[in-house]
Amino acid sequence: MTRKGEILIMNIHEYQAKALFSQYKIPVPRGGVAFSAEEAATVADGLDSPVCVVKAQIHAGGRGKAGGVKLAKKKEDVSDIAKELLGKILVTHQTGPEGKEVKKLLIEEGVDIAKELYVSWVADRGTGTVVLIASTEGGMDIEEVAEKSPEKLVKLSVDPIFGYQPYQGRSVAFKLALPKEVIGQWAALLGNLYRFFVEKGATQIEVNPLIITRQNALIAIDAKVNFDDTTLFRNGDIRNLRDLDEEDPLETRATEHGLNYIKLDGQIGCMVNGAGLAMSTMDVIQLAGGAPANFLDVGGGASEETVKQAFQILLSDPNVKGVFVNIFGGIVRCGRIAGGIINAAKETSLNVPLVVRLEGTHAKEAKEMLNESGLNLIVADTLWDGAQKIVAAVKK
Amino acid sequence: MSILVDKNTRVLVQGITGKEGSFHAAACKSYGTQVVAGVTPGKGGTDFDGIPVYNTVEEGIHQTGADVALIFVPPPFAADAIMESAHAGIQLIIAITEGIPVLDMMKVKRFLEDKPVRLIGPNCPGVITPGECKIGIMPGFIHKKGSVGVVSRSGTLTYEAVWQLTERGLGQSTCIGIGGDPVNGTHFVDVLELFEKDDETEAIVLIGEIGGDAEEKAAEYIKKEVNKPVVAFIAGITAPPGRRMGHAGAIISGGKGTATDKMASLESAGVTVVKNPALIGEAIEKVLQK
Repeated sequence: MTRKGEILIMNIHEYQAKALFSQYKIPVPRGGVAFSAEEAATVADGLDSPVCVVKAQIHAGGRGKAGGVKLAKKKEDVSDIAKELLGKILVTHQTGPEGKEVKKLLIEEGVDIAKELYVSWVADRGTGTVVLIASTEGGMDIEEVAEKSPEKLVKLSVDPIFGYQPYQGRSVAFKLALPKEVIGQWAALLGNLYRFFVEKGATQIEVNPLIITRQNALIAIDAKVNFDDTTLFRNGDIRNLRDLDEEDPLETRATEHGLNYIKLDGQIGCMVNGAGLAMSTMDVIQLAGGAPANFLDVGGGASEETVKQAFQILLSDPNVKGVFVNIFGGIVRCGRIAGGIINAAKETSLNVPLVVRLEGTHAKEAKEMLNESGLNLIVADTLWDGAQKIVAAVKK
Repeated sequence: MSILVDKNTRVLVQGITGKEGSFHAAACKSYGTQVVAGVTPGKGGTDFDGIPVYNTVEEGIHQTGADVALIFVPPPFAADAIMESAHAGIQLIIAITEGIPVLDMMKVKRFLEDKPVRLIGPNCPGVITPGECKIGIMPGFIHKKGSVGVVSRSGTLTYEAVWQLTERGLGQSTCIGIGGDPVNGTHFVDVLELFEKDDETEAIVLIGEIGGDAEEKAAEYIKKEVNKPVVAFIAGITAPPGRRMGHAGAIISGGKGTATDKMASLESAGVTVVKNPALIGEAIEKVLQK
């Protein structure tokens, strides 16, 4: 799961996305997934074309440039290429400097490319609709196209009640001056992608490139799909595609306990209720001269148990040299949070400085509980006071 | 005066018999809000805490004259609940529910387009006019009646700002959480317009977050239309930039939605932007003394 602004999104692999494409009658190259060099060779043997493409399956874009996509001119080369790629750490502009280990490959037949196009459907907050972006500049970084030659992008917004209509796809095709032989296929393909989008609760489907073959057939060569986490309850098949290998184990554990945790690079662990206050707490730590080790939102209904789990997750990050708890109790009573902190601190044998700032419902009683707990913690009165105290304590 | 809601507002709670709904309906009532009806399909004819429960919103309005709906219905059914209220003729819908599917909200937005109704939220703390009525989940006691209007995309961060005001003796005219979802009903600009027109509001606190372009639009609006002093804070200057939805997302929403960009647009519109969220109260005190 990845946090994108206010919503959680779930990523899937290209091979999974292409299997879903097939269900929705969107043409993709023949191929299969492989977890070892032997499996890769077997998949290649079953394909008709002599030329094969071997593609690393990780949850990040930019694989081609990072050396994660290789062409095998003959099938016998597939096994060697697979050996080279499996276990390799790929570093792309989306993985961060630590990169991601390649654990699976997609082996596909080569296709005869005449023209590369770009197509994506995306949930657009501005219009509150699903929007199509299409371009004749397939295979390129679409942000670059948008910047340098915006006239090559065509956008189309779909009415959420009536849905996509083929005439809309045709009008885009004519604007892009696509060959007339593919226009019918194109309008149908966009409709199938749209149906996939709304039925499965996607936030974005990107096909880059969608190619036109020399025989005037459209084929999706790549497939990148993200789903809206809040729609997964309707789509168990999509939820089952989640790959925990691709996620930070601490973030996964946090999600299981209803916590929203994102690991960062600093030394001060923070535990806060509410996303906005959690982000502000990180901001204040930085203003006070420290660096936040994480974003952690315990949510509105935090119980003693969630507080305990949150503590354990925070402290399993070895970079954490101090913890700042900032809770503004509205629904959640501060006493309950204080109880959770006291239990968790005792159970985890806390050995880094802890600053606690509790405000709101029953804050006074909660502060007394903390002061009388015998724990070595620092009670702060305000947000700023707390941030300064934890930064000072960590620097000691 | 205040905006949107006051002591005469008659509230209908959808999902009143659920865990969240019952807890907060009771809390709103004890604050002094006129909670006149509840709706839970299939539980019509019963009552909760002296509040009559109806099967449909239409019946609830008919029997009680409710004009505002407060929604606690769980995410899978929340979009349906919003549309039910809008269809029945409710004028103001406040949706607290967190986690409504984005595609559901797109349909809701389209459904509301040609109806005389305002939606606040979803995924928001609600609206409070201190001393008159509280329609939402915010702790009532941190508020104080006065002349500062507060509008925010956040929940607990709003409480933090309100508490800073109250501790300095600065009361609030109305506080509105517009919610943090990508597709929502009311935007900063809508609320700024109401505060600008409201006689009782003398200064405005605007609390934004990274993502989207609502703060940039607010800045444009303030520059042209708002004469009252505005203090703003944008959360998330330290949030990691990398984790975006993909390339097309950034193209569509226009701009990168970073805290730094938002602060710059607000500053250029004459807004007092505080970089430290602990200084919101102090900044309002200063602009009011001018």
